Amino acid sequence: MSILGTRVIRTEDPRLLTEGGVYVDDLRAPELTGAVRLTFVRSPVGHARIVGIDTSEAMSEPGVIEVLTASDMDDLPPPPPFDPESASGERGPVSMGGPWLEPLLAVGTVRYVGEPVAVVLTDGRYQGEDAADLVSVDYEQLPAVVGPLAALRDESLLFPAGGTNVPLERLRDGFDDAPFAACEVVIEQDIVNQRVACVPLESRGTAAMYTGGKLTVWHSSQNAQLCRLILCGTLGMAPDQIRVVVPDVGGGFGAKIGIDRDAIVVAWAARKTGRALRWAETRSENLVGMTQGRSQHHRVKIGGDRDGHIRAYRLDVIQDTGAYARTGGFLPNMTCGMAPGPYDFPVVQAGFRVAVTNATPIHAYRGAGRPEATAAVERAVDLFANAIGMDPAEVRRRNFIAPDKFPFPTKTGHVYDTGRYADALDKVLDAAGYADLRKEQERRRESGDIKQLGIGVSAYVEITAADAVAGETAKLEVSRDGTATVYTGSSAHGQGHQTSWAMLVQEELGIPMDQVTVIHGDTDQIPDGMGTYSSRSLQLGGSAVRKAAVEVKDEARHQAAQMLEAAEADVTLDVATGRWQVRGDPDTALTWAQVAGHTETGTLMADVRFAMDRPTYPFGAHVAVVEVDTETGKVTLKRHVTVDDAGPVLNPVLVEGQRHGGIAQGAAQALFEEVRYDADANPLTSTLADYAAITATELPSFELVSSETPTDLNPLGVKGVGEAGTVGATPAVQNAVIDAVAHLGVRHIDMPTTPERVWAAIQNGRGQ
Amino acid sequence: MIPATFTYKRAASAEEALDLAAEYGEDAKFLAGGHSLLPLMKLRLAAPEVLIDLGGLRDLSYVHDLGDHIAIGALTRHHDVEHSDVLASEIPLLAHAAGQVGDPQIRHRGTIGGSVAHADPASDLPAVLLALDATFTARGGDGSREIPAGEFFQSLFETSLEPGELLTEIRVPKPSDRAWSFQKFTQRAIDWAIVGVAVQGHSVALVNMGPTPLRATAVEQALAAGASPADAAAHAADGTSAPADIRASTAYREHLAQVLTRRALAEAH
Amino acid sequence: MKVDLTVNGKDITADVEDRTLLVHFLRDVADLTATNIGCDTTSCGACTVLLDGESVKSCTVLAAQASGHEVVTLEGLADGAEMHPVQKAFHEQHGLQCGFCTPGMVMAIVSLLKENPHPTEEQVRTGLEGNLCRCTGYHNIVRAALAAAAGETNQ
Repeated sequence: MSILGTRVIRTEDPRLLTEGGVYVDDLRAPELTGAVRLTFVRSPVGHARIVGIDTSEAMSEPGVIEVLTASDMDDLPPPPPFDPESASGERGPVSMGGPWLEPLLAVGTVRYVGEPVAVVLTDGRYQGEDAADLVSVDYEQLPAVVGPLAALRDESLLFPAGGTNVPLERLRDGFDDAPFAACEVVIEQDIVNQRVACVPLESRGTAAMYTGGKLTVWHSSQNAQLCRLILCGTLGMAPDQIRVVVPDVGGGFGAKIGIDRDAIVVAWAARKTGRALRWAETRSENLVGMTQGRSQHHRVKIGGDRDGHIRAYRLDVIQDTGAYARTGGFLPNMTCGMAPGPYDFPVVQAGFRVAVTNATPIHAYRGAGRPEATAAVERAVDLFANAIGMDPAEVRRRNFIAPDKFPFPTKTGHVYDTGRYADALDKVLDAAGYADLRKEQERRRESGDIKQLGIGVSAYVEITAADAVAGETAKLEVSRDGTATVYTGSSAHGQGHQTSWAMLVQEELGIPMDQVTVIHGDTDQIPDGMGTYSSRSLQLGGSAVRKAAVEVKDEARHQAAQMLEAAEADVTLDVATGRWQVRGDPDTALTWAQVAGHTETGTLMADVRFAMDRPTYPFGAHVAVVEVDTETGKVTLKRHVTVDDAGPVLNPVLVEGQRHGGIAQGAAQALFEEVRYDADANPLTSTLADYAAITATELPSFELVSSETPTDLNPLGVKGVGEAGTVGATPAVQNAVIDAVAHLGVRHIDMPTTPERVWAAIQNGRGQ
Repeated sequence: MIPATFTYKRAASAEEALDLAAEYGEDAKFLAGGHSLLPLMKLRLAAPEVLIDLGGLRDLSYVHDLGDHIAIGALTRHHDVEHSDVLASEIPLLAHAAGQVGDPQIRHRGTIGGSVAHADPASDLPAVLLALDATFTARGGDGSREIPAGEFFQSLFETSLEPGELLTEIRVPKPSDRAWSFQKFTQRAIDWAIVGVAVQGHSVALVNMGPTPLRATAVEQALAAGASPADAAAHAADGTSAPADIRASTAYREHLAQVLTRRALAEAH
Repeated sequence: MKVDLTVNGKDITADVEDRTLLVHFLRDVADLTATNIGCDTTSCGACTVLLDGESVKSCTVLAAQASGHEVVTLEGLADGAEMHPVQKAFHEQHGLQCGFCTPGMVMAIVSLLKENPHPTEEQVRTGLEGNLCRCTGYHNIVRAALAAAAGETNQ
């Protein structure tokens, strides 16, 4: 009786529900007793030269221990030489150095509101806020660059030594117009994929302590090992001099990959001062200081014939990367790579530019480049469908990659492993009752109802475990008390790995889940690991756990055979009871405890890495149903139906939860959320009162349809599902809003589809 | 996140509150539910040196039916206004609007008097009380006075309360025309109103269409002159100075005021 | 100043700055760290606790205001080893992922169900307008609230 595929509620929950999680600011580690509070002084201006910093008033406040600035950072190695190639994006997110180098504390120039300028160390948290207010920084303002189009004009340069605001341009030489000239219908459209904030409920936090030559850092992160790697490089230390511990993490969504400059400053300051330090930012700091997501400008061109076949598609991306190019070309490169989506377009042209602007730096946010690609192509396909008067679902069907063409090499260099795109679309349309929805829409249009119905369709394919070859680690120990411990390189921050990895161990070894402990996030215990991002953990981390279990099983069989004086081939494991025995002779049964106890060390152990030679490509289709009040422009999301096919479902409970969360964030981008700046690069959405994070009141319950198309790239057959929701939901909802008012002459509305935007589009559509 | 340092004083009675206010003068502010003042203080947009906590004045929390009007203690929480049986039967507009303020947690703390004294034109209750022709009782060192709602709201966050005066009661006459409607337009349920319209009979008041809550006098005049509700509603933006902010432009707010007024009049009558 | 609160049934007296927020009193003085801070504009609800039995956002209440009153946090909800029905429902319905919003969410729902024991889905969603979650999309949180209301938790 396999446990895989069954509904298992989480073993993480009892602790979280009764005591609460232990997040960085909750830590009561003895090493942090008496720790000093660190508070940042941040730039209140978007672009300025720092003329002077006066710390004297702050220093004279009671309870202020020290004030540190960039001038105190005399104990750091020089930055690595600038390699422009590595920043191109093909090798993952790599920060651009050289003229584009990002300092730790600001040096000479501040380039975004929220940029850290100094730190104050105080006895208490409250004094920290008081003291930070007293640090006086003299700024000479410089002209602000707001938005990528302004950046391209190179009127005010963020990095004069770089000579331009566009540090990177790739793949745009292939923008040939000839394929479009041959099309019956060609549409061009500018599309904004707006800047959004990640808003994990736990803002950033770090604690650090330096003693006896060893630096210990507790950080709210998605990968402890990457934190250590970054700290080693930045602080000039060896790995055995740094321990990184990741406690419970209150959401990451990509923004907590590794360790960022603010947190590195905390670690540095602990080493510099020899004091244990704690830092926990406020939400207002988080909304300007934590990396943000998306922020691409798209120019799409789509051409095809009136029979619905699309012949050519171009996606020209400008990535507004904020003030510092922390990910080089990684995100727009991903967007361009996934530009064609699930479609078999004969011609695909996709290229990008990266532009710096006086805004918060951009990094991964749930989907990291793929939601942008899908939003663009799904908008383009809808525009094309509208232009030729064909049902948008039908246009998609006519252009899908056929199911017999897998593995499918795309025009943009990816190889899709498995996919049944038409199947996914059919399933979701059926579940949504598409034909009835269109009838209801038609009825309302005919009677001129104030509340119009919009039906939005999206079809997607996305890439998970993009760095598949890096794999993931797992060490499994079964000890002489019969319990198992998994040391995983993955780093759950809500995904339920404690439950899932225990399920895998129980499945393979018959050790009950409640006898399995899962440990992650401590470089002392797990020096080698990748962490949780890119929806990679089940396919790589889970497969690693399984691989380790198989190796432990083999070793156990060897031990049991000796103990039972039998041939290994005659020794079996009864997974249902967790007993080793000679085949057909239950009286010989040995427990795991006994078998482990028979080894020299008293522990059965396997330490493995599992990698795939290429990524996996989950896919799906979403239908969103909205109501638009045509007098006010207000949009209500009434239904959201999805197919998200990521292969076999190990635990439906967890997969549903991941899909739900992604759908909510995806819908939020379409309907509500946007980071905005004024003309002087001052943020206008720097509190949660102003930034319209979506709440339960704006969302319906979701309708999830099952679909499981395995991959052959890992033994579990699974792909990643964590980011599916954001990839598929955003375009479905945006398309639905536009669909609701298409009969009023509206062709396109940029996200977020706020009531005023929708109302204005209706006025323009009616020619008013 | 954390207010600047202040001294906390707890008043045990209205008299003590007034004495403390007189003692500390401009350095002090009254603290009722704290859900208008404390958020400002946490962002350091306000930094009074003394807070006089009125939370203990339970005798100022009541809803009394006094025949031709309802008397509501200034320290009555939104939750209690929302769930008052008296208001549900006599002035449902007020009970309903109180249930729209903030979220349940905020309504367990915020008070009607605190909201009124804070005088944010984007708040729901000031406009509702304006539509209801409420009067506010203010107690000072020399006794009490009654201030009609129409004279109470002076400007953005400014009322005609004198320094050291304590709002103690809100008196709402029972409406002769029981038709009512409250149209609060937001993008998310938790947001402040982009625009709101309160209708009681043929009194129409606007939320967030100027530096104070406003009576839509042009609409009321049109109705009085016999215009249809739809035609009258076209005047909703007359004489207003709606703000422009990240949520909405002035032009859009003016449009909303017309639409919501038409809908409110239709729902009410 | 001296404040004197009853927290989860225990009297706690301490000398704190007048400006001490209730949430910091709970976390740093009473050492009850389940209640979390997610924002600074009274928007997110992660800090929700019960004050005299009603849900409040403890970041917008002064410890001084709560002096003389009763506070219940997540840690005080279970009855010994027996989880409260809302806690059980969250477990059974997968109403939490990272867990950060959860204490506030649970306390908000406890209060909501006390005032409205049989809410509709819409009333649950509206009742949670002041509580943000980024992980779950709210779907299972709503199911947990409805399951707790219906008494549908395993005993």
